[in-house]
Amino acid sequence: MNVPRHWRETPERYRMEAAKCRKCGKISFPARLICPACGNKVFDKINLSGKGKLLTYTIIRTAPEGFEDIAPYAVGIVEMEERVRVMGQITDCDLLNLKTGDKLISKFRRINEEGKTGLIMYAYKFVPDVGI
Amino acid sequence: MKEIAVIGIGITKFGELWEKSLRDIAVESAINCLEDAGIDRIDSINIGCMSSGLFNGQEHLASMIADYLGRLDIPSTRVESACVSGGLAVRNACLEIAAGVSDYALAIGVEKMTDVSMGKATYALATAADQDYEAFHGITFPGLYAMLARAHMERYGTTREQMAQVSVKNHYNGSMNSNAQFPFTITRDTVLNSTMIADPLRLMDCSPVTDGAAAVLLTTVEKAKKLKKHPLVVISGFGSATDSIALSHRKKLTELQAVKKSAAKALKMAERTIDDIDFAEVHDCFTIAEILVLESMGIIGPGKGGPATVDGYTALDGKFPVNPSGGLKSKGHPVGATGVAQIFEAVNQLRGNSEKRQIPGVKIGLAQNMGGSGGSSVCHILEAK
Ligand SMILES: [Zn+2]
Repeated sequence: MNVPRHWRETPERYRMEAAKCRKCGKISFPARLICPACGNKVFDKINLSGKGKLLTYTIIRTAPEGFEDIAPYAVGIVEMEERVRVMGQITDCDLLNLKTGDKLISKFRRINEEGKTGLIMYAYKFVPDVGI
Repeated sequence: MKEIAVIGIGITKFGELWEKSLRDIAVESAINCLEDAGIDRIDSINIGCMSSGLFNGQEHLASMIADYLGRLDIPSTRVESACVSGGLAVRNACLEIAAGVSDYALAIGVEKMTDVSMGKATYALATAADQDYEAFHGITFPGLYAMLARAHMERYGTTREQMAQVSVKNHYNGSMNSNAQFPFTITRDTVLNSTMIADPLRLMDCSPVTDGAAAVLLTTVEKAKKLKKHPLVVISGFGSATDSIALSHRKKLTELQAVKKSAAKALKMAERTIDDIDFAEVHDCFTIAEILVLESMGIIGPGKGGPATVDGYTALDGKFPVNPSGGLKSKGHPVGATGVAQIFEAVNQLRGNSEKRQIPGVKIGLAQNMGGSGGSSVCHILEAK
């Protein structure tokens, strides 16, 4: 991946920046230029709280290139407090005890690295929200 | 709008075709199609191919395939929408005929997937997902459908055994298809004991990586009626629709909206209801996909797809046979070719030419082809006249 391609997603990946439609209030993550609910084109930036609950998930056993070293790992869709859904890895948990409905919170983690000299990519992953 | 008929169909063997190239199989399917039609005229070419760039380092198929077909003077177009590339190439050919722009429109679907390693193939397929917000996080296609499977299991109580039966049924049908990549039967235990790929989906829930091509030649019903070579088969309706590319943006995880809408559009155009359909070829890229597609199209009620499969409702001798060809699971899934290969099977069934897997007396068939995790879908209604 070239540097600008990762860098331009930084607001979303590093602080879960989303776009809230100024007309109907729908939150889009990632940000869009057109609101999918009402067609409006004016938004305010907001940061998601990172808190949500697990809607569905899988445990990846056969990993794609670049992820072989961390398999098996869980990936799920999380319904955030702000009623927007986000896909991400779920970590720091017992994979076999994961359940839909689990409360999760986002943490800033390393996703992938391109060998010894390539990019190291960071973004959100989800971990159990134990309320601390 | 002119009425559309299918007058020629062609296919290659599906499998690991080491000795044949992308252009070889695409042209071979077209030659077989033109021979079947008994016509040597093409006014336009539409080629469905998902990712020759990543699989073969080759783009610009519009030129290459027209060139190797020896038709350098006619419009030629490459169509891409992930695994629905082939279905949309057929739709484009329908538009050529309906609009009166072409008298004879050729649609080819092709994918040559075994020129790269399995890792590279997995990467190429994952480009049908949202690269920046799905694939970036390490998700795979089996993983996306696994998430749909879990949602369906938890909502409706769909079981692992029910999903396995989709694979068992399709392998049984495919065991009678000499073009299939895996023409052999399996048992439910074969599926349930196969390697876990992405919980809860196992290897034998997944369609394979395949080389293959298929082609169909369309013309107007008026012109087709003058040809006496085959029983007349028409395309009475087609419909396509899209949904969000990312699974996380779907309103529901237990229904595929693009499939539902594309089927409704095709049926409306054909002036038919789902109850009029005798059989279907559907996009079983994973076992759960067949269940989701049948429910989304209204062939089976919500949550009833698993039990209906176990009860034999969708078996070759059932009330509503699904995937008589063996489906993507047994026949193989050369992604760009799949949508065209479904039309091939539907036409052969309607002509009564499907040998041991022929469903007796069928008059109306439906072919449903989809892209990604359901981000695009196209349906065609075919009728024997
Ligand atoms: Zn809005």
